[in-house]
Amino acid sequence: MISFILLHFVAAAVAPALAPRFDRRIFLLLALVPAATFVWLLPRVADVLAGQTQTETLTWIPQLGLNVDLTLNPLSGVLALLVTSIGALVLVYCAWYFREGDTEIWRFSAVLTAFAGSMLGLVLADNIYLLFIFWELTTVLSYLLIGHNPERRANRIAAMNALLVTTFGGLSMLVGLIILHITTGETTLSGLMTNPPESSAIVTAAVMLVLVGALSKSALLPFHFWLPGAMAAPTPVSAYLHAAAMVKAGVYLVALLAPVYASTPGWRPVLVTLGISTMILGGLRALRQYDAKLLIAYGTVSQLGFLIAIVGLGTQSAAFAGIAMLCAHALFKSALFLIVGVIDRSAGTRDIRELSGLRKKRPTLFVATVAATSSMAGLPPLFGFTAKEAVFNAFLDANTDLGWGGWGTAALIGILAGTVLTIAYSLRFVWGVFGDKPGLDDTPLREFSVFFKAVPIFLAFCSVAAGFAGGWLAKTFTAYSAQFPAGAHEPVLTLWHGFTPALGLTIVCILLGVALFVGRHPVAWFQHLLVDNLPFPDAERGYRTTLRGLDRLAIEITGRTQRGSLPVYLGIVVLVVAILPGSAMVRAWEPPEFYLFDNRIQLAAGAIMVVAAVLTVRSRRRLRAVLMVGVTGYGMALLFAASGAPDLALTQVLIETFLLVTFVLVVRRLPPFFSDRPFNIARWVRVAIGAATGIAVAGFGIIATNARIFEPISTNWAKPAKEYGGGTNIVNVALVDIRAWDTLGELSVLVVAATGVASLIFLITDRSGIQKRPHRVVTPDSNDWLSANLHDDRRSLVFEIVTRVVFHAVIVFSIYLMLSGHNSPGGGFAGGLVVGLALMIRYLAGGREELDNAAPVDAGMVLGTGLAVAALAGLLPTLLGGDVLQTATIDIPIPLFGELHLVTSVFFDVGVYLVVVGVALDVLRSLGSGIDEQIEDEEAVST
Amino acid sequence: MSTNLTLIIVAGVLVGSGVTLILERSLTRILVGFVLAGNGLNTMFLVAAGASGRAPILGQGDGPMSDPLPQAMVLTAIVITLGTTAFGLALAYRSWQLTGTDDVQDDLEDDLIRRRALHDDVSSTYEDQDATQLPDEEGFDEGGFDDGRVRDTPAEEDA
Repeated sequence: MISFILLHFVAAAVAPALAPRFDRRIFLLLALVPAATFVWLLPRVADVLAGQTQTETLTWIPQLGLNVDLTLNPLSGVLALLVTSIGALVLVYCAWYFREGDTEIWRFSAVLTAFAGSMLGLVLADNIYLLFIFWELTTVLSYLLIGHNPERRANRIAAMNALLVTTFGGLSMLVGLIILHITTGETTLSGLMTNPPESSAIVTAAVMLVLVGALSKSALLPFHFWLPGAMAAPTPVSAYLHAAAMVKAGVYLVALLAPVYASTPGWRPVLVTLGISTMILGGLRALRQYDAKLLIAYGTVSQLGFLIAIVGLGTQSAAFAGIAMLCAHALFKSALFLIVGVIDRSAGTRDIRELSGLRKKRPTLFVATVAATSSMAGLPPLFGFTAKEAVFNAFLDANTDLGWGGWGTAALIGILAGTVLTIAYSLRFVWGVFGDKPGLDDTPLREFSVFFKAVPIFLAFCSVAAGFAGGWLAKTFTAYSAQFPAGAHEPVLTLWHGFTPALGLTIVCILLGVALFVGRHPVAWFQHLLVDNLPFPDAERGYRTTLRGLDRLAIEITGRTQRGSLPVYLGIVVLVVAILPGSAMVRAWEPPEFYLFDNRIQLAAGAIMVVAAVLTVRSRRRLRAVLMVGVTGYGMALLFAASGAPDLALTQVLIETFLLVTFVLVVRRLPPFFSDRPFNIARWVRVAIGAATGIAVAGFGIIATNARIFEPISTNWAKPAKEYGGGTNIVNVALVDIRAWDTLGELSVLVVAATGVASLIFLITDRSGIQKRPHRVVTPDSNDWLSANLHDDRRSLVFEIVTRVVFHAVIVFSIYLMLSGHNSPGGGFAGGLVVGLALMIRYLAGGREELDNAAPVDAGMVLGTGLAVAALAGLLPTLLGGDVLQTATIDIPIPLFGELHLVTSVFFDVGVYLVVVGVALDVLRSLGSGIDEQIEDEEAVST
Repeated sequence: MSTNLTLIIVAGVLVGSGVTLILERSLTRILVGFVLAGNGLNTMFLVAAGASGRAPILGQGDGPMSDPLPQAMVLTAIVITLGTTAFGLALAYRSWQLTGTDDVQDDLEDDLIRRRALHDDVSSTYEDQDATQLPDEEGFDEGGFDDGRVRDTPAEEDA
């Protein structure tokens, strides 16, 4: 069973790829999937009816009780056969319904197949959570099917209504199922049936929540309004949705739970009342429709109410009649929708006020329609008749089977009223589509392939055949209804069982129904009179009011809270940090212990940094702020050096220098002063928030350090660094060994940031075109110190000479730093930054052409290579039997020289080195060369 | 463990100054504040590392070593600063190119939403139901079709 469900989704996945090749024939190919499933299911369902239930289980998330439990029982077997057979027929029909070359086929065919697969999964699922997953899958896919043509507003709204209403129901059902799971400990439907919970208020609530899901899916009052809108979907979808899928899910769930849970307080009154009300309401609405498709859509609403009322009644004869009616409905309703599709395509309209004379032109279709419609109206000798007789019998017995007294009779009268309306709208449908209208010319019809109408005619034929196969079908349905205690009469499915009360009721209904149709004009007038003058509660209006209210609430809340001001957002974030943990800090405050400093250099550096920080805040010149923040950066390096952190000091000096120049490269273009902001209260607020944050952070530091009682874990790092990491510089070994994952993440961030910089300056989405071919630039006063010279008087001969002299030495030094980083200060970061500075010197001395000569490579290439090298170096140890990013040591004997001691993390460091070089190159190309070029372009334009 | 008073004051002042600048509107100032606060937090790592010692490199001198763990973390932080600052600078430059200043403006969309709230209006994506319109698989809204039922003539049909 699992493989057949999967097959549907696989077919759906490949359909878009095949659709352009096969065009609308793709549907025939896809129809093979449900057809094959049907053929596979047929003998197995026969086994199930003979008494052997089939199950399949695949463990998925046992901790949640979520497993792929599938089961084939008498009910799910019948449903699965319906879902696959009608699914296959509808797909076949699609192959003629859609026009050749329709551009939406690739999407539609995939969604429809996936929908059929979800529906199959829904009826086969035994696990409650799996049921929910398939349930919501049908919801989402039906949203896509209903919204097939999103260009009409009404369609978008219809799709959204279906999504919201059925998702709401689905979530309610999920809550109910979770409660049942917790109270019983069972996660399968079969478990919930064999081991039901003790009756209690919470169980009743849970069952009612599950029913909300079923009722919303099956479009019962008060959720009925989404279903007529669902006819926005292409007609084959409507046929499938209304007949075998989606709306039948609710009926299926009620039927499945009824044998055990029908005795839950409230079950029968709620389902029977809502079912009958929906049946009557749907019938009345159907009588008012002019669109043939909408007419039978309301007919479905009515029939669903009918079905829920029967299967919800929960007696043996009702269960029997219910499943019979469900099958009958699937056959006639799919046939009717597909017939409407043929008419719509042939005549170009579905409006029954415009259709005339079709009976003469389409005699076969007319006969098929009469057969299917008669089955809907419950006329002999059709399947609908035998099923409806069984329903009447079930309600006639309700008084004795359930001890309902007068309520059973009331329910029967309701059912009869609904049946009368059903007969009336069935007549309206046949007359409307095929009748000759006075004063109307015959509608011109387009001719189609005979295969187009083959499917609906076949379905109509099935309605007739099933009417005569009552005895055989009865055995099938009894397997399900046998779960209920026996009632007053044995349920039967037969065309003739003598002059019984049920037959009498049928005759009365037919007479009244015909009368209602003949007198349709006064009836319509009376209906309008009632609707217009009486204040009926309208579920749809309530739903719309709720939606609008939600939208308004969202606008009000967003309008009040989302001010769109970055300073306000950041201020709130920072204030919360200062106030919430800050107040906890004040309460936990104990007199801390201090010492002044480790050495005097700390004091000196600290003093400089504090002064520079205050000056940064006070500066109004951009350049001054940048220089002052640079001072704190160099002070930082001094602090690191004074605190026993030579690696940090080295890296900090390199970064600070690189950043300072980068800042200046950008700030040269920006206005020299910050925009003039009045010296007002807002400024003091900012300073106050800043001060509060600074004090809070300092307080956290004091509390945290004073609270420390254990030795740091890193005291034990020395030995492993040497033995596992193969190096003596503990910090650098940690970076490429135990923190290597983190370093790899950091490299990715650097690559992303560098790419972002290039994109913002060059406004490109790919990198081609940034890099220039290296070329000599010769100016009148060229010299041989550099291969390219600045063009103007900005050049400095001394700078050029120094650059020429030191560049190569610096590059060699950077490689030394990278390789020696394992045992002394240095490493990939420091080495890469040294290269960055060397390139920066070349750029500053010779301009952007000189940069291209110095590094004739694309920065993106360097970045990508670096990241790849680091990742591969991380994978290398796995080949040697280690974990990813574990350091492995390889000793390679080299003749005469002894052994080469190779540590894999050196390769990782090479990756780090390359990424940093790439970042530096990208930044220089973008913020240096890129901005230069834009300046020159502007100058060229202005002169 | 007792606290290094000098370093904690430096950390507090740098973070405080940094946050003050971050609350400004000029992107350059925000970026400078970002770097400043970052330096302050790196100082905080030194505070957390405790008393300083010699460099954490084996075989170089005697006596207690500084704690290498915070150092490894700070090294990552320093290098990340390079990437984020460069990106911030590019943003500031682009903002200046587009608007002539590097000031962060208030979000216009948020202002529109506030106006809608003032006028008790619904959101721009809210579609009110219209009872006069029927859903249908074909056709579209625009144009003056009285009932929206427009059908395109198919290019070719089966015989």
